[in-house]
Parts: sequence; C-alpha cells; structure tokens
Amino acid sequence: MPFLRRRKGKSPNSEPAPIDDDSETEKEHEPGQKQTARRRRNPNPNRWSCFANCCWLIGVICSIWWFLLFLLNAMPASFPQYVTEAITGPLSDPPGVKLRKEGLTAKHPVVFVPGIVTGGLELWEGHNCADGLFRKRLWGGTFGELYKRPLCWVEHMSLDNETGLDPSGIRVRPVSGLVAADYFAPGYFVWAVLIANLARIGYEEKTMYMASYDWRLSFQNTEVRDQTLSRIKSNIELMVATNGGNKVVVLPHSMGVLYFLHFMKWVEAPAPMGGGGGSDWCAKHIKAVMNIGGPFLGVPKAVAGLFSIEARDIAVARAFAPGVLDKDVFGLQTLQHMMRMTRTWDSTMSMLPKGGDTIWGGLDWSPEGNCHCNAKKGKNNDTNNAGPYGVNYGRIISFGKDVAETHSSKIERIDFRDAVKGNLLANATQCDVWTEYHEIGVGGVKAVSDYKIYTAGSILDLLHFVAPKLMARGDAHFSYGIADNLDDPKYEHYKYWSNPLETRLPNAPDMEIYSMYGVGIPTERAYVYKLTPTAECYIPFQIDTSAEGGSDNPCLKDGVYSSDGDETVPVLSAGFMCAKGWRGKTRFNPSGIRTYLREYDHAPPANLLEGRGTQSGAHVDIMGNFALIEDVLRVAAGATGEELGGDKVHSDIFKWSERINLDL
Amino acid sequence: MAASILRFRKLCYVQHVIQFETPNIENKDEGVKTPKFENELVEKQRSKNKNQNKRQPREWRCIHNCCWIIGFMCTTWWLLLFLYHTLPPAMTGFQVPESPGTRLRREGISPLHPVVMVPGIVTGGLELWEGRPCAEGLFRKRLWGGSFSEIFKRPLCLLEHLSLHNETGLDPPGIRVRAVPGLAAADYFAPGYFVWAVLIKNLAKIGYEGKNMHMAAYDWRLSFQNTEIRDQALSRLKSKIELMYATNGYKKVVVVPHSMGVIYFLHFMKWVESPPPMGGGGGPGWCATHIKAIMNIGPAFLGVPKAVSNIFSAEGKDVAYIRAMAPGVLDSKILGLQTFEHVMRVFRTWDSLISLLPKGGDAIWGNLDWSPEDGHICDLTKKGHLHSNAGDTNYNNSNGNRVFQVKEPMKYGRIISFGKETSQLPSSELPSHNLKELLQIGSPTNFNSSCGDVWTEYDEVSRESIGKIAEKKAYTVQTLFDLLRFVAPKMMQRAEAHFSHGIADNLDNPKYDHYKYWSNPLETKLPVALDMEIYCLSGVGLPTERSYIYKMSPSDKCKSIPFRIDSSADGETGSCLKSGAYFVDGDDTVPVLSAGFMCAKGWKGRTRFNPSGIATYIREYRHKPPVSLLEGRGTESGAHVDIMGNVALIEDILRVAAGATGAHIGGDRIYSDIMRMSERINLQL
Repeated sequence: MPFLRRRKGKSPNSEPAPIDDDSETEKEHEPGQKQTARRRRNPNPNRWSCFANCCWLIGVICSIWWFLLFLLNAMPASFPQYVTEAITGPLSDPPGVKLRKEGLTAKHPVVFVPGIVTGGLELWEGHNCADGLFRKRLWGGTFGELYKRPLCWVEHMSLDNETGLDPSGIRVRPVSGLVAADYFAPGYFVWAVLIANLARIGYEEKTMYMASYDWRLSFQNTEVRDQTLSRIKSNIELMVATNGGNKVVVLPHSMGVLYFLHFMKWVEAPAPMGGGGGSDWCAKHIKAVMNIGGPFLGVPKAVAGLFSIEARDIAVARAFAPGVLDKDVFGLQTLQHMMRMTRTWDSTMSMLPKGGDTIWGGLDWSPEGNCHCNAKKGKNNDTNNAGPYGVNYGRIISFGKDVAETHSSKIERIDFRDAVKGNLLANATQCDVWTEYHEIGVGGVKAVSDYKIYTAGSILDLLHFVAPKLMARGDAHFSYGIADNLDDPKYEHYKYWSNPLETRLPNAPDMEIYSMYGVGIPTERAYVYKLTPTAECYIPFQIDTSAEGGSDNPCLKDGVYSSDGDETVPVLSAGFMCAKGWRGKTRFNPSGIRTYLREYDHAPPANLLEGRGTQSGAHVDIMGNFALIEDVLRVAAGATGEELGGDKVHSDIFKWSERINLDL
Repeated sequence: MAASILRFRKLCYVQHVIQFETPNIENKDEGVKTPKFENELVEKQRSKNKNQNKRQPREWRCIHNCCWIIGFMCTTWWLLLFLYHTLPPAMTGFQVPESPGTRLRREGISPLHPVVMVPGIVTGGLELWEGRPCAEGLFRKRLWGGSFSEIFKRPLCLLEHLSLHNETGLDPPGIRVRAVPGLAAADYFAPGYFVWAVLIKNLAKIGYEGKNMHMAAYDWRLSFQNTEIRDQALSRLKSKIELMYATNGYKKVVVVPHSMGVIYFLHFMKWVESPPPMGGGGGPGWCATHIKAIMNIGPAFLGVPKAVSNIFSAEGKDVAYIRAMAPGVLDSKILGLQTFEHVMRVFRTWDSLISLLPKGGDAIWGNLDWSPEDGHICDLTKKGHLHSNAGDTNYNNSNGNRVFQVKEPMKYGRIISFGKETSQLPSSELPSHNLKELLQIGSPTNFNSSCGDVWTEYDEVSRESIGKIAEKKAYTVQTLFDLLRFVAPKMMQRAEAHFSHGIADNLDNPKYDHYKYWSNPLETKLPVALDMEIYCLSGVGLPTERSYIYKMSPSDKCKSIPFRIDSSADGETGSCLKSGAYFVDGDDTVPVLSAGFMCAKGWKGRTRFNPSGIATYIREYRHKPPVSLLEGRGTESGAHVDIMGNVALIEDILRVAAGATGAHIGGDRIYSDIMRMSERINLQL
C-alpha cells in the first residue's frame, strides 16, 4: 500500500510549505521522504511481526473477496449473458424459447432414465465412520466426503462381493426426483439443460419423471431390493392417466438405454419374474424411446474398466505420475481400492461388448475396417493410414504394440484357459487390499499375457479367468451372446432382457425408437496392454501408454486404438441396432417398430464462455446440444420421426452395419 | 477477542499522536539532518513507548488496522471451526441422548407398514417453474422454504410470484410455482430448522428408506380440490399409496399428517372413495384396504383462531407485537413498499387459509357469553415462560389465579371484539350488529382506491362502514363469517366454493357429496374401515391464541389496513389476556379444543360422524422447554412444529409403524381439560 502511505504523508507537508512552486522541490522532496520512511522502518524490523502481517494479508483478501462477492450478488442476472453476447455476438435462443414461439406445448409426459455414474446416491444407514452423513449424497454433489474419509467412502460405496446387494449394516440408496441427476456435481449439468428447456414449453414436475435407480446394482436387483421397476411402471401408468391418456416419451441415457430395454421386457413378462403388465403394456403406454448415447452393444471402455480399472484418462495419469496413483496416497493404494469397489458393481458388466466376434470383429477383421479417427478429415482420405493390415479393432486387448499390428497367422498364442492358477503370491497376505488378482498367482498372470490377443469373444473368457467371482455374479444377471432361436424358452429369463441381440422388442407397432448420439470424437475401441513391472500388490496389467501410432497410424494413442464415437460409446454400439438390427421387420423387432438414427456432429465450444458448448457431441455434454434438445422437444410435443426428418447420419454406420453378418 | 479489541483501540490512539508528531519533524529536516533527527525521534518514540507499550505500531493506519482485525477474526474463526470439526462429537461436552430410533431398534423393532407424511401449511417448499422476467435465474429454485434469500433481494417480485390469481385461486398467467417433491420438500423448512427431518431420521434408524416412506407434498396455497385439478396431487397420492401397499408385501400404510395436512388428508379420504368425476373412484373399501392408522400431529380439525387474525389483518400475535413496538418499521414504506398490505394481498389469494377458519360455529367455539373453555386457568407464569415478563415472576400464583378467575371471566366465544371492554361486557350491553344492513349501505364506493398501488380489498370498503364494523362490537365465530364476507368479499366467494365451516344436520343429505364439505369433520362421515385407527397427537401446555381484541388503525391513510390487534390490551398479571389476544391451552398454534375434540367426542365410539366406529386415541405431550441452548429446540417440546422432534411422539409413531396398535402404546394419554371441554359442547352425535 505504498500509494496510501505516501498520500497521507504528503498532505501535512504541503500545508506549511505553500511556496513550493517548482516541480523540482517536489521531486527532491519525494525521494527524501521515501528515505525517511525506509529508515524509519529499518531500526525496528520486528514492528510488523509475521503474525500481524499474516493477519493483515488475510484481512485484505477476505475484504476483497467479500466485496467481490457482494458485487457478484448485486450484479443483475442478465450481466453474464450480456458479456457473452458482446463477445460472441447474439446467442441463438435456447430451443425451448424458440419452439415456444412456434407454439409448441407440452403433450406427452417425459420419462428420464439416467445412465451409470450420473445418478446421485445417498446414505440411509452406515457404519460409525459415516456419522452425520444421513441422507447426504455420497455419490454426486461435491464428493466432499471422498476427500475427508476416503476409506470410509469406498467401504460404503461397495456392494457385497457375493450377493451384489447391500453389505450388512450399510444402506446406500438412489436419490429420487429430478434432483437425482439434473446436475452431477455443482455446475456440471446432466439433465438440467433439457429439463429447463422442457419447462419452457410447459412441462413441470407432474409431466416429467426421473426414473432414478441404483446404478451399481444389476438391473433385476434394483427390482428385488428397491422395487424400482415397479415404481417406474406405476409412475408411467399414473402419468398417462393424469395427462389425458397421452403416452410417455422415454429418454434413456447411456446405460439407462439398457436398463429401459430390460424394463420393457420386465413389464410385459408374467408376474413372479416380471411386472405382469400384459403383452400390450408398451404399446399402450409408450410413444417413443429416444435413446441418447446408448451403448446397445456395450462399450470397450468397460473392458478396460474391469480388467485393470483404467480408461484412457486414468492410464495417462498413471504413466505420468506413477507415484501418485500407485503409491500409498493417504495410506491406501488408490487404484486397487477403486478396483475392488467397482468390481462389486454388477452394472458395469452390463456394458461389456455384446455379440462377440460377429459384431466387434475377429482377429483380422472388424466392421470399422480402416482407421477413421481424424474424425473430420478421415472421411476424405481414409486410406492414408499405413500398416499392411490396417488397424485391427477386433483385437480389443493385445499385449504389446507389435502384437497388435501383426497378422494373426504369425502370432503364437498359448491358451490360458487351462493354465494353473499359480500359488498365491508370496506376500499376498501383506496386501491389505484384496483384489482377485492375488489369487491368480504369477503363473496365471503369465498365461494371460501369453495368449496375447483377445477379441470380444475371448474377452469374456479372460474376465472369467481373472475375476471369477465377479463374472459368476455377472453371468446370473447378464448375457453377451447372440440368440440363434429367439423362441427358445430360455430367453424368458431376465438375464437376457438387457441384450438387444437376445430379446425381441415388444409388440408395439406405433412405437418409435430413436438412437441419438454424438459423432466426431475419437473413442476408445481397443487397447494395448503390458505387464506391470512390479507384481506384488499391484494390479498386474496396465495399458501400455508408450504405444503410440505416430503419424502413420493416428488411431493409436497412449496405448488405445480409437474409432469414431462420442468419446465413450463407439458409433457401432450406439447405431447398429437402429441401423440394421431393428430396421424394418426383423426377428429382433417382430412388429416392425420404426427406428430412426439421429447423429450429432461434434463441434467444440467456440470459447470458454460457452461452457460445455451447445453443439457438443460428447457422451454427457450432448445433453446440452441444442439440436438434440430440439428433437426431443418436438417429439415430446407430438411430432413423429418422419416429421423430424428421419435419419440424420454423419458417420459410416450404414457401411459398417453392412459388413456385419448377422442373421435377421 | 476482547484483548484484540483493546489493542486495536490502543493502536488508534497511538497512531494519532505519531501522525501529529512526524510531520513536524519532517518539515524541519530534509536531507542531511535527517539521521540525527531520526535518532532523536526514535529515542523519543522509544521513551514514549516504554510508558505505553512495548510495541511500536507507528505505521498502522486505520485501513491496515481494519484489515488486521478482519484477518485476525477470520483466522480465529477458522481455527475454531477447524477445532470444532476435528473434535469427535462426544468431546463437545454435550452428551447426545440416545434417539428413540436407536433404542427401538435394539428392542428389535423393524419397519412393517409404509409411512406417508402429509406436511401442513407453510412448511412445504415451493419452487419456481415459470416466472416473470424479474425472477430470472430462479428456475427450480425454492421461493418458499430454504434460505429465503430472494425475499431480501427482490421482495416485490417474490410476493408477486407467491400470489395466486385473485379470482380463480390458481396460477396467475405466466407464473408457475410448484411444490417441491420428495422428502426434501419438508424435511427442513430453513437450513437448520427441522420439520420432518428428525422423524425421518428415526424411521430410517429402524430400517425405513425411500421406498417405504413418502412425503405427500402438495401446493399448500391452493384449496384442496384445486391441488387435484392443477397438479393431480390427490391422484398421485393415491397411486403412491397403492404402489407402496403393493411393493411392501401388502402392508397397509400409516399416515402421518401434520397441522393443515390433517384436514387435507380428511379431504383425500373422502375424495378417494368418491366416484370419478369429482373423486378418485377408489371405491368404498379403499381406505379400509390401504390405511392402517392416521396419526394426526397437531391437528387443526376444527380450525385455528390464528387464521382469523391472519385473514382479517394479516397479523398473528407475534407480528402484532412487533407492529406495536416499532410502528415505523413495518407500517412505513420500507423500500418503497407497504409490507403489511402487500403481505395481506398475498395471503388473501391463498385459498387454503380459509380451510383453517374455525369450524362448527358457536356450538363448538362458544357464543357471546359461553365457551367450552370457560374456567380455564391461565397460568402464564408456569406455562408461558416465553411470554412472561419480569413482573410475573414475582407473582404469587397459588392464590392469584382463583381470584382472577372470578374477577375476570374470559369470554373466549367472542373471537373478535373491538376494545377491551367489549370483550368483557355482558352480552346484553352489546349493540346488536346487523351486517346484512351494512352490506347494503356500504356497497363499494371506491373510496380513494386510486390512491394506492397496493390493492387490498379494504380500499373498497368505505370508511363509514368500517366505523360501523368496529363500533363496540364483538363477533363470535358465526358472525365472524358475515364480517369476513363483508370485508373480503372476493376471497370469501372463492373460498366458499371450496370449504364449508358448518355442522351437518343430516349427513345423508346428498349435498354433502360435494367436495367443499370433505375437509370439515363435522360435515362428513369417516370412511367405513373397521380396523383403521385415528390418533390425535398434540402438544399441550403452551398458551395459544384463542380470541382477539381489535382496534381501529389510527392512521387514516387510504392505503393501510383499517384494523389491527390492540396489543396494548393487557390483562392484569396472570390473566389470559396479553397483547390483545386471549390465550388458552394448546400447542402455540392450535387450541386443545380444535385438536382434541373430534378424537375425544366427535368420533369416539360409533357416532354419526364415525359410522363404522373407527378407534380413536388422544395422545397429548406436555411441553417442556429445552434445558439448555445445546438442546436446540428441545426433545420434549409441545410446540406446533417443534413437537416433530419430541421423542415421546416419535416413539409412538415408530411403534405404530412397526405394527403396534393404539392399545399397545397405552391408549389415551391426556393432560389437558379436553374431556371436560368436550362434555360441555352440545353436539348431536
């Protein structure tokens, strides 16, 4: 604060010396004064003690902070918008406002089905360490508790390793209502933008319903434990009844897509296992299912998630800072803990790739063919990439980059299935974190890496080998195959209900199914793995982030082969069913429900002020995509797929679907 | 903290001296001589500081000092906060008593019946779904409940959004304010001020969770039937109860309504069994199949006198008191608005308030000379600790009460009297009132109504007629309605299409099939449900408003409400009259009479209001104020809202929810005079 000090010192000066007419004297005067000031300070340097200085500093910061906060609060609400408009030019109206001017009003009730991870979970009963967290969010919100008591948090978020239900003494339940998934964390919207736009054309709580469920559980278990499916059924019936018989429009997102497939089978199945709604329940109650970013056939990310709990982002972090994630931060081995936790979540298994090699490609073949990952440019010069065999997406896991790129006939593979699970690692008992890898032993780990290449079909065997308990639970709830004969009575079991390749769509000719997803973002499709150097208490495999494709193979980056998609779900998984599997009257779609593909090309936000963008195609950010919102609003207000404009395709999904040889 | 303030003072003082001194020196010496003088100065300074203090805070200017103080306080605050958070809860020295949930869980009690909670008026949150430009950025934010920060930021905007349409009693055009759904609707009214949260927590302790607990939130501003018309709230509640019944192994639900929720649920029970166009079409056995028990908390079955003063002059006791103390604050135009008139205008658009007006007329509430509470001992010193002033404490209450009882008989029947004397005169001396006449004389003359931007219906009532209304008159419940019809014709017109406040002569009359009678226990029959149980759980031991003394508002300004509670009317020490209101026993809001009568007499056994003989139980909870500040709002409170944290009440609810019957939990438990009062009421059963 030199300015203040000087001014105060000066004012008494000028009074007794008004004759100072020159600027020179003024100039002489000033340094002199500064000197005196300095000297005055010198003799007693302790005058401003450290403590006082700190207090002073904090005081200044606090005051400024409060002042700014006050200004922020006093600021008119339209100010940020004004600034944005000044910089980027006038914003286009949000779709809700635009369509309201067109005269659209609420017609069909809307049901949201959130996906994995985005729904909030709250604590209803916990151990002592979770004192005071009753009905507070453990998942979603600020995640404050994760930092305060990480071990406690992990313990409460885990499910029982054998039943896949609550561990004893712990009850964590989904948040209910629209608040369950409107924002994932403060400021990070999921459904909020869509809700706000729906409200603009007249929707409100009574015509919108968030079908929140505990996304950690397998789908049938949500009914067993919480009767979630019954609640959804009852709520849809209520909404149809109280809104003059208008059928509902369902908007599932991400894993919610599979969940709702399961629901549609459940609700029409007879009572003990199903909901007993009768065979025309869907026809009577559902106008359209608008799947947003739906992983119908699973996502490769789930493989990496289960196999070594890393997706690309974590893998990079792990390579850069091995000390942070691998070492004992806060006395815990983060990754191992996370792995143990996520392995108790049955739902992650619903997202494993379905349809085996037929869909996802074999050793030397994949529907996507060559690399397309330079999203925008790729379409023009797609043969540019080198390598005698192109990129082989079919090999979802390969051990080593060279293995990934060699032709299958030249690779020696040793079958791991019969490998003896070696004796336990020497000091496995010292690892306080239990992961199933300890039980495989060194031999097992080696056997796994010796097999070298895993396709979608053999991935399942691999997971059975490395995580037998998890897969045992998973097999009871999910299935990943392709049905030969859908009339086989075994397909009445609930474990097939979430697999579109093993169930029929309900008999509802007036229903419409939309597949809406973003394209133009490189999406994880296959991985290059390596063995972890230290094999003690760590997860023995990790993504080989050093594997780079370089300029001749831009699809390989940080050990991950990417293809087109929305960053999480590859186009193949999101679009295939609507493009081919269900198109027209097929054996999976006996009543010929109309299907529409709506793709949204990704355009990153122009500047920071736009936040997450209004034209994004990313998996979650797409929920703020104006074009998608407009489509949803129009359908909710009564439009059909034809009126929207039918298919809107940017990717090569039709070409790829052609290549898949599936009996329809 | 005190030390630091002391230091601050010293600094300021010293600083002045220095400021005075330094310029002198600086003027004299420039350049060469400085060191010498500097030394001198330093020495001077030192010697002075030796006298005063060891420190030399020469350069502390005022701003620095302020900053220092703020910083110091912040640091201390953070430090304390940090300590508070790191301390285990047991270390704070306050032993938290074991909650009833934990205790009952150890006894082996587990959830059996699903629980439905029906919140009362005011306690439920309301959020904005569509609003005017002034409410930008408030989409899906709470307008009511929560922190109420918007009230301070944009009061007029908020009031505009909370009002309903004056004629339809529904949304004004362009505004949609809706009830918050879910348990969050009424668990806390404001941060830290629990309503249902304690009960929810205790239910959760014995194993309840989202799937077997439901908060039947509704827009409490609307008339009950309108909640169905606009939001289908009743249909939702029906579907929810049916769902919970089905998914919990066909166990009937236990309903826990509070305050106005009690009459809302009465309405629901009639609605659900009525045939479709007007009702829910559940059929005559619906309640019998789906409901095990109704545990009414602080039930306002027969209305509350507080509603009268709210509608008449927008003041309850507390507000009236403030108004008398600081007339400048509330009556003058703060921020350019006339608080009361605005609030009143908003109140008057809320139909639900009318449902709380006293029901049953003079037969229940007493006439000019008689009331069922006659002989009530008003022991404000013992019970009304909150309202007792210093004089009361010295008062010898053992003799006094008797004396006053004789000297000053309370005429509770006169629910509004103008002037203290009027409230005590024998009825023969009162002028007979003829409002019917008034209605003809004082037809709207548009008295100065252009003079205010605030519209209250009083503007349309001429001064002369207001004078006539007030002239030494007393009103009983029956004549009160005539009065209200006169001063607020539009509101009463709307309201009387939705509510009725009489006593039925013949319940079989087909007119009682109309929904406007459904929320009045004296004009409906309970459903036929032999196994059902009805509980009346209420607090007693708090003085509760029962009737009012009014006066004309002194100011003749055109825009003010012409009546106000005469808060100067105090009885002698120990009487029931205080600040212009007569008090009886109750829970601070609902008098015992209203809460208990139906369970004590109206529905007891097989009566014409209760044809199937549903069992009724009265459970009263005597108010005990919290012992220390640490207890917050107390665990044995009997106050209208605080009773939701009463451990005895929670235990009763938990036991019933876990399957116990009324007889198991001990049947009636009565502290008040409700039985005697009910005796005196002459109602054909």
